[in-house]
Amino acid sequence: MPLSPAGIPRCGGSGRTADHDGTRGAPSHVVGISHSVCTARSTMERTHENDEDIASMSTTTVKRLDRVIIRFAGDSGDGMQLTGDRFTSQTALLGNDLSTLPNFPAEIRAPQGTLPGVSSFQLHFADHAVLTPGDAPDVLVAMNPAALMANLPDLPRGATLIVNTDEFTKRNLAKVGYPTNPLEDGTLESYDVHPVALTSITVEALTGFEGLTRKEKERAKNMFALGLLSWLYTRPMEGTELFLKAKFAGQPEILAANLTALRAGYNYGETTEDFANAYEVAPAAMPAGTYRNITGNVALALGLVTAAHKAGLRLFLGSYPITPASDILHTLSGLKRYGVTTMQAEDEIAGVGAALGASFGGALGVTTTSGPGLALKAETIGLAVSLELPLVVCDIQRGGPSTGLPTKTEQADLLQALFGRNGESPVAVLAPATPGDCFDIALEAVRIATTYRTPVIVLSDGYLANGSEPWQVPRTADLPDLRVEFATEPNGANADGTPVFHPYLRDPETLARQWAVPGTPGLEHRVGGIEKADVTGNISYDPDNHDHMVRLRQAKIDGIRVPDLQVEDPTGGARLLVLGWGSTYGPIAAGVRLARALGTKVAQAHLHHLAPLPANTGDVLRAYDHVIVPEMNLGQLAMLLRARFLVDIQSHTAVRGLPFPATELADVIARAVKE
Amino acid sequence: MTTDETVQTTPVGPGPTPGSAESGTARVPRLAEGESLGKKDFTSDQEVRWCPGCGDYVILAAIQGLLPQLGLKRENIVFISGIGCSSRFPYYLDTYGMHSIHGRAPAIATGLATSREDLSVWVITGDGDSLSIGGNHLIHAMRRNVNLKILLFNNEIYGLTKGQYSPTSRVGQVTKSTPLGSVDQPFNPVSLALGADAGFVARTLDNDRKHLTSVLQAAADHRGSALIEIYQNCPIFNDGAFEVLKDRTSAQARIIHLEAGQEVTLGDQVAIWDEVSGIRLVPREQADPARIVVHHPEAADPSTAYALSRLDTPDMTHVPMGIFRNVTRRTYDDAVREQVAAAQTAPVTDADIDALLAGQDPWTVSA
Repeated sequence: MPLSPAGIPRCGGSGRTADHDGTRGAPSHVVGISHSVCTARSTMERTHENDEDIASMSTTTVKRLDRVIIRFAGDSGDGMQLTGDRFTSQTALLGNDLSTLPNFPAEIRAPQGTLPGVSSFQLHFADHAVLTPGDAPDVLVAMNPAALMANLPDLPRGATLIVNTDEFTKRNLAKVGYPTNPLEDGTLESYDVHPVALTSITVEALTGFEGLTRKEKERAKNMFALGLLSWLYTRPMEGTELFLKAKFAGQPEILAANLTALRAGYNYGETTEDFANAYEVAPAAMPAGTYRNITGNVALALGLVTAAHKAGLRLFLGSYPITPASDILHTLSGLKRYGVTTMQAEDEIAGVGAALGASFGGALGVTTTSGPGLALKAETIGLAVSLELPLVVCDIQRGGPSTGLPTKTEQADLLQALFGRNGESPVAVLAPATPGDCFDIALEAVRIATTYRTPVIVLSDGYLANGSEPWQVPRTADLPDLRVEFATEPNGANADGTPVFHPYLRDPETLARQWAVPGTPGLEHRVGGIEKADVTGNISYDPDNHDHMVRLRQAKIDGIRVPDLQVEDPTGGARLLVLGWGSTYGPIAAGVRLARALGTKVAQAHLHHLAPLPANTGDVLRAYDHVIVPEMNLGQLAMLLRARFLVDIQSHTAVRGLPFPATELADVIARAVKE
Repeated sequence: MTTDETVQTTPVGPGPTPGSAESGTARVPRLAEGESLGKKDFTSDQEVRWCPGCGDYVILAAIQGLLPQLGLKRENIVFISGIGCSSRFPYYLDTYGMHSIHGRAPAIATGLATSREDLSVWVITGDGDSLSIGGNHLIHAMRRNVNLKILLFNNEIYGLTKGQYSPTSRVGQVTKSTPLGSVDQPFNPVSLALGADAGFVARTLDNDRKHLTSVLQAAADHRGSALIEIYQNCPIFNDGAFEVLKDRTSAQARIIHLEAGQEVTLGDQVAIWDEVSGIRLVPREQADPARIVVHHPEAADPSTAYALSRLDTPDMTHVPMGIFRNVTRRTYDDAVREQVAAAQTAPVTDADIDALLAGQDPWTVSA
């Protein structure tokens, strides 16, 4: 039975509508101005319950916004990812819809204060459905000149800029090539600049902490910034306080310093005259249910655990650390309570080998990797094709070729996944569309792997892996039953009538062979990578048998039942289709909606199954005058679809290591409509 | 020099005490009382296709003879091989088996052994398979101490690809790919295994069935990684490589039989400790009795075993045979299973999964 959720993103997906999605053409992006309609509707006075406080601070108005895009940017060592993560968690708990984009260098600590060392975290949150982390930030927090220089080009005029002035020293300015101080030379004239001496105020706030060095005090400046932003956007900080208490449980003074810095940042916002307004973003309307914030890697890990549970199999992960897939290994290694075994192997090949060995023994064998690792695993995946055993291979794609861009996103492993092995070596290939969808895709991968006894490659990517969104938590009981039956009896007989086991006898419906695990009496058999005779599995060099087996293995994959491709076309009159796969879902959906907002009729469809393709794919493609396929590669899916269906597809590609801006796709759609 | 500490590893969870002598097959289901199996039960219906005179035949017969003696249920025995002539082995045994890909058998077997404590898992490999393309997996399987019995058929040549030199071929050996003689220094597989801290390391000879069987039996009993180097003649591409060890007279002059608790001797020579060259052979009358080496395969420190492995000479003037090392230390697969078992206090229910999925900070949206 096909999984109902796969193919339909659970969150941030087509179930909800978004009118703008953080992509605005107008240049006026000042917080509170661009949203003046909302602001006018809901401006209210903040009420202070403690009268004594009021005397000491300015009266601040709280304005309501419908959405905000914040980017935290600083040095790799400034803790920007943590700051972004915490702000995101606080935002999720408030019930906003959100989408995030962590963006960091591959170097753990590039030289301090330099452009290569800039790390950023962008968060888009709103009172309505959001589909992307947003094209352009409304607010940039720049912790040093390098962060300002690297991110200013993305900042629309009028945006809010919070700058750590302490870092704008001659030396730091020179490091990035600012001839004069941009805070003073008029460079930032068209922005709403809030200069804050973040470092020195943090150090000042920690005066009493005599056990800490100045450097240790400075390190808490990200918590000060988080406190300030928490005030500015009225985010509750209890979750972060609990987080810090757990993180620094063994270091009471560091904990106290971080909590103090966090509160000092909050109080600074409240006290200073610099910020005239604080802002609120109301919870988004979402279907009733329980939600959590989730990244793609965590969703994939949880999906695998859940699938193993529903299948009644033990989960075995064989993996080798690689960016951006390692978090799946980290997550699963902490879930032994759920019967999960993880093995950090000596290399990529051993990771998949151990997983395949575990599958042979009746476990759910899984391996996780990125593009370079997938290349190394190719031969073993080919063996799994020949053995016809279940195996789930998760490729969290990153920029290539070779080492490429380890921390940046790309979807250029599609052809490697489909064809990157010797011989005719077909496997099933799936791709999640959003971080939350990684959960559903994991279940779907396990369904296909176990039902059809085949390797399944899941193509996630860096953007989905590290990006997060609110996710409606499913009830385990409502998820599909994935139970698996092992072979227990001989399935054939010798010429003399003796019962025997034929390892390559197939189910006529699925073409899957039986899964007979060691320890089952009477089913002793041998499998291997050398070509086998159909049914008996004996070594066979017979030409016709080989031809037969090659076609059989292909037919098995082609025959996997997958849901039809769904087309979203609200007017029903579109002649233009935008088709995507994988993580481009959000940007495409946002671009399509921008185009629709301008009256353009455009349909959208998204592939979750790349092999086999949904049965109606050709019909869908041929039903439109014009098909655009945006991809973060040089047109791999477009090439496949052209070859397979003879449809004149327009390929739109970018390989910048970042997701498509929605506006770029809206432009592509607009140009296509004009033609 | 390695100390006892490396051997006496710290327990990482509840379970048998490290160093306990639990058998390698202790958790594998055994035949019922009165049940027995014979060689025929371990012979598959496949025609054996090694070249006439190949040493692999003898090894196959020895294993088919040994397996019934282990008293294990046949369905709980698995043979996993890589690629090469010897790696065809699993097809000829009527157990569960996998003929995998070049060099990867130890990795695949590690996944199987770790996820199934009720299996007796054997790896069949050759010198090219395990020491060249699969060298990394071999050393890591031994380092981790996975409960695998690794049978390394060493014929000092690539047979299946028709006669190129291998990582154990001798310097100067003329082969198809070394027409002027090999310039590669060969590996000593026993030294390599000891260097990787394998708990059980032995060497035996294909045509000495009795010795071969006794070594394999000891390996099966050992809980942990066991590396057994089997000198195996390739009659086509490297015929006679071990002939000097097979001819009764010359063998007597060359083979040092390692026996636990016994002095290490060769004819009237005896092995002594020497500060400069480690262990060397000297005529008995010249030996300081205090320096005579008595073989202790159970010694936690592998240094002596390693020094014995260096008695080997490329021209096989003297070759130690037998069990170099047999010490028990905690196995990887047991430790992994114990961590999972300790964490898994109760069966996983839907409610457990529901709680896992909801995470630490869920929120509720009401209708």
